Amino acid sequence: MTVTLHEGVRVRGLSRSFGDRTVLDRVDLDIAPGEFVALLGASGSGKSTLLRALGGLDPQAGGDLGLPDRKAVVYQEHRLLPWARVWKNVVLGVKGPDLKARAVAALTEVGLKDRAEAWPLTLSGGESQRVALARALVRTPQLLLLDEPFGALDALTRMKAQELVADLWAEHRPAVLLVTHDVEEALLLADRALLLADGRLAEEITVDLPRPRALDHPDFVALRRRLLSGLGVEKENR
Amino acid sequence: MSVDVLDPPAGAPASAAGPPVPAARRRAAARSRSLARTARRLSGLVIVLAAWQAGASAGLLGSTTPSPAQVVAAAGRLVESGELAANLGVSLLRVLKGLAIGLSAGLVLGLAAGLARLGEDLVDAPVQAVRMLPHLALVPLFIIWFGIGETSKVSLIAVGVVFPLYINVFHGIRGVDERLVESARSCGVGRFGLITKVVLPGALPQILVGLRQALGVAWLSLVVAEQSATSAGIGYLINQATQFMRTDEVFVVLVVYALLGLATDLLVRAVERRALAWRRGLVAR
Ligand SMILES: Nc1ncnc2c1ncn2[C@@H]1O[C@H](COP(=O)(O)OP(=O)(O)OP(=O)(O)O)[C@@H](O)[C@H]1O
Ligand SMILES: [Mg+2]
Repeated sequence: MTVTLHEGVRVRGLSRSFGDRTVLDRVDLDIAPGEFVALLGASGSGKSTLLRALGGLDPQAGGDLGLPDRKAVVYQEHRLLPWARVWKNVVLGVKGPDLKARAVAALTEVGLKDRAEAWPLTLSGGESQRVALARALVRTPQLLLLDEPFGALDALTRMKAQELVADLWAEHRPAVLLVTHDVEEALLLADRALLLADGRLAEEITVDLPRPRALDHPDFVALRRRLLSGLGVEKENR
Repeated sequence: MSVDVLDPPAGAPASAAGPPVPAARRRAAARSRSLARTARRLSGLVIVLAAWQAGASAGLLGSTTPSPAQVVAAAGRLVESGELAANLGVSLLRVLKGLAIGLSAGLVLGLAAGLARLGEDLVDAPVQAVRMLPHLALVPLFIIWFGIGETSKVSLIAVGVVFPLYINVFHGIRGVDERLVESARSCGVGRFGLITKVVLPGALPQILVGLRQALGVAWLSLVVAEQSATSAGIGYLINQATQFMRTDEVFVVLVVYALLGLATDLLVRAVERRALAWRRGLVAR
């Protein structure tokens, strides 16, 4: 059952199985409006499955899903239509007047105003991901779902993209669910980090650090160790 | 020849080393390179024609092989008398009718099978079964069914054209990246929009391949359809010429066939250049 909430996310008893394999087992999840939540978990633990259910993309997901109206998804790959100009990709599926102006405004926020008329195949990986972000932004989402959006980027580009996401979130304040493998990314961006294991949200860690955050803050190091041990990586080289 | 698919594209600088070359000079160099390339290609053709002419004049090719000059002269006569234009018109009309019917049918069937499970179940199995039959083998049957008039000729072309287009439309649609469809859907694109904005543009490269194959089949079908019992068309022209042992005119018609094939290929390529402009980014890098 899906209910439209105007405030944040309220999920109760979300379950999903493929064949006889249960990937999500009665998951409860709340995200307050404007809250930034990171979701971590081993590969194959069901993070993307959870995210797709929240995006309303999985009709077979069972449970009570209380979700806001306007949702936007950014995937690990940019998923831009190669045959549509960048600005058309940004406003894909959006209706209303002045679409081009709105697309250009969103592209300006991600620093790609000049590429509005370009074909997506001429963009670099980082630029494509920024266009995908602009495509999410232009919908003024109440819930922004990010599925490892920076996973394929090199370290430097990833840091810049993280900064961009932090800025955009601070400005627009959507509720965010960020799926990531990167513990540091979760601690840099999120208010709360969730650990998915065996189909349940096994652990919840509140990240109570002042923003902007620094990697060498002593609390940061402690939280990082906690998260890593939650992920089953006890012995890390420090 | 030193140019080979593994070499960098012609526009790319040959190497990073060496003094920088101003853009204008580089463009001029590229232009003269491409001129030289065209000249090289033409020179091959010229050599073949010259050898043919020399061989024919020396009587080495026998009395039944005309020289290029004789072919050109025969072409001049056929054009002047209006015979070529009239018969070409008849043949082109046949091909256009056949294409109109066959391409529409191939497109509709391909869309039905590609876009809907029900369509696939209903359409694909019978079409695949019939496809195994070489359509040219239908000539006798069509003559019995439709007589020796226009209908049997147009039908043969139409039937031949359906399958290549159908197969490519169907596979083009099925080959579209599922993830693009999902992400467009999550952007709020409706069913109709998904088809027009995602599925069809994604299938278009493959559909154009199908179009190119279909046009090739159309010319082939025309040749076969006009071989028997016909009183107009370029096939009729070649039949007449054969009866009177006018090999020069036979050659003229063969050249016309080649030119028709070439012209349609150039047409499809022009369509591709326009419709698939988004791929040029890929090529330019
Ligand atoms: N359509 C599907 N059919 C069958 N099994 C599926 C399907 N989608 C996902 N699964 C299975 O569900 C499990 C969870 O998949 P999911 O993609 O959610 O993992 P993930 O946590 O996002 O992993 P990763 O970090 O590697 O992206 C996997 O074991 C996967 O094989
Ligand atoms: Mg995943």
